[in-house]
Amino acid sequence: MINTVYRLIAPGMIDVACTEPDIKNKVILRPLYLSICKADQRYYLGNRSREVLKAKLPMALIHECCATVVFDPTGTFKAGEIVVPVPNTPMEEDDVIAENYRLTSRFCSSGYDGFLRDYIDISPDRLVRVPANVDPRIASFAELISVAVHAVRRFERFSHSRKESIGIWGDGNVGFITALILKALYPDAKLYIFGTVYEKLGYFTFADGAYHVDHIPEGLKVDHAFECVGGEGSRFALAQIIDLINPEGTVGLMGVSERFVDINTRMVLERGLCLFGSSRSGVEDFQKTMDILEENPKISSYLENLIGQVADIKTIADIHTAFAQDLSRNFGKTVLKWDK
Amino acid sequence: MVFAAVFAGGIGSRMGNSDTPKQYLELGTKPVIIHTIEKFFVNDKIDEILVLCPKAWVAHTQDLIQKHLPEGKKVTVIPGGSTRNGTLENAIAYIEENFETTEETVLVTHDAVRPFLTHRIIEENVEAAIKYGACDTVIPATDTIVESADGKMITSIPDRTRMFQGQTPQSFRLKELKRVLESLTEDEKAILTDACKIFSIKNKDVYMVEGEVFNIKITYPYDMKVANTLLKGKD
Repeated sequence: MINTVYRLIAPGMIDVACTEPDIKNKVILRPLYLSICKADQRYYLGNRSREVLKAKLPMALIHECCATVVFDPTGTFKAGEIVVPVPNTPMEEDDVIAENYRLTSRFCSSGYDGFLRDYIDISPDRLVRVPANVDPRIASFAELISVAVHAVRRFERFSHSRKESIGIWGDGNVGFITALILKALYPDAKLYIFGTVYEKLGYFTFADGAYHVDHIPEGLKVDHAFECVGGEGSRFALAQIIDLINPEGTVGLMGVSERFVDINTRMVLERGLCLFGSSRSGVEDFQKTMDILEENPKISSYLENLIGQVADIKTIADIHTAFAQDLSRNFGKTVLKWDK
Repeated sequence: MVFAAVFAGGIGSRMGNSDTPKQYLELGTKPVIIHTIEKFFVNDKIDEILVLCPKAWVAHTQDLIQKHLPEGKKVTVIPGGSTRNGTLENAIAYIEENFETTEETVLVTHDAVRPFLTHRIIEENVEAAIKYGACDTVIPATDTIVESADGKMITSIPDRTRMFQGQTPQSFRLKELKRVLESLTEDEKAILTDACKIFSIKNKDVYMVEGEVFNIKITYPYDMKVANTLLKGKD
């Protein structure tokens, strides 16, 4: 079958290309809702190095999506079922290294076509069903939620058992979602949010405290911390985390930075801190995400607040408009309703 | 029920030196006609698929379908007529003989040589056929259209903003299509080869579904080059 793919060919330029997906062994999906990620926006704007752009474009953007099953020759899914496709594709088995860290794994919209397509062709083992009580618009950014779930699952692996207080640095989408997942999985822990925008800090009503980084109450300490800042702010956030964390605390690094970040290793050593990196997610994290959303309708109601705009996409011009509007958004997600 | 009829009746006389009808030429890894059938095959709005091709190509077409398509939807190959209207009549006759039809039965007709149609175009055709009785797939005209009665001198140049280029699918409520076709005289049938034009002349509404510029018809060798270019690039 010929499939139409909408590829970024240069920053700000999207063109039509066609591929030949296999309909004998792959499940064929139709995108329902898609969500723009900051990584997509960086490619769209050309805010990556010339070498990276040259190596990865042309490429269809978007790796956050929920879709309707159109056809499944494997018999695993029925036509009409709502699913979330996992953008990570492992190319080899490994009992130790998670699928999202294997060097050979392929990731949609990072070197391989993302989900801006007429149809998505994918193996059935890369699909997770969306429960009936989960809003498909929220499921459109399940990938982002699964990244938080993955980080929290790693945190569980690396951290000590005392989890009376957890600090989250970053008042953006990743911080908001990570805080919600922590709330669901550690309901007894005190959650403190540290950010720079009062308006955004005000959205964290479920937390036990949300503070501007310049006005933190005297004596406030946390057992563990998550850095969800990224960019230029990463080093300031890390410096503050190392100042405020209790000995033997664990720090989850989730913010992406284009530059190297200084770390006060003297204090890391002195306090016996554990720093771990976390990036992307795998199919198990997606399944865990769906379980959490199904069992915690309250989490879904908070996540609904992240849906800032639902843009109807009927033309390529609509895609450009959605990316432009997403750029002016300082909180929340731009969701695309796919009618192209 | 919704039926798709893929018209593969053209003998391909315009396709350079190739004797093979153009719908059977390879595009990427499969013949053009298979790519086209697959679009209807994977769409769950389509209940049955008919392929109408020259009588001499029926067995070949059946072999191709068996080779390339997975298990699932039934695809039936039958001979087309000697004209487009004849092919349309064959499709209607086959459906009426083999299925129970109602006023809600829809027939989506499509050229086998347009393999680039999209999911949206099929969905909107089905919806429009149910809602309006008939629909055509069109794109706004980009070139100025010039009308000439004798082929030498311009008779008129219509306002381009009101001009559209017809593509396929064309879709209809089956029973209404049959009534309209039956109302034509033999002379009219010979001249009126476009089913949407027939509806229009009979003062019946035909809704316009927006097509795509890339929903091209592979008619000339140049079109095949364009089609192959569209398919190139990394997967």
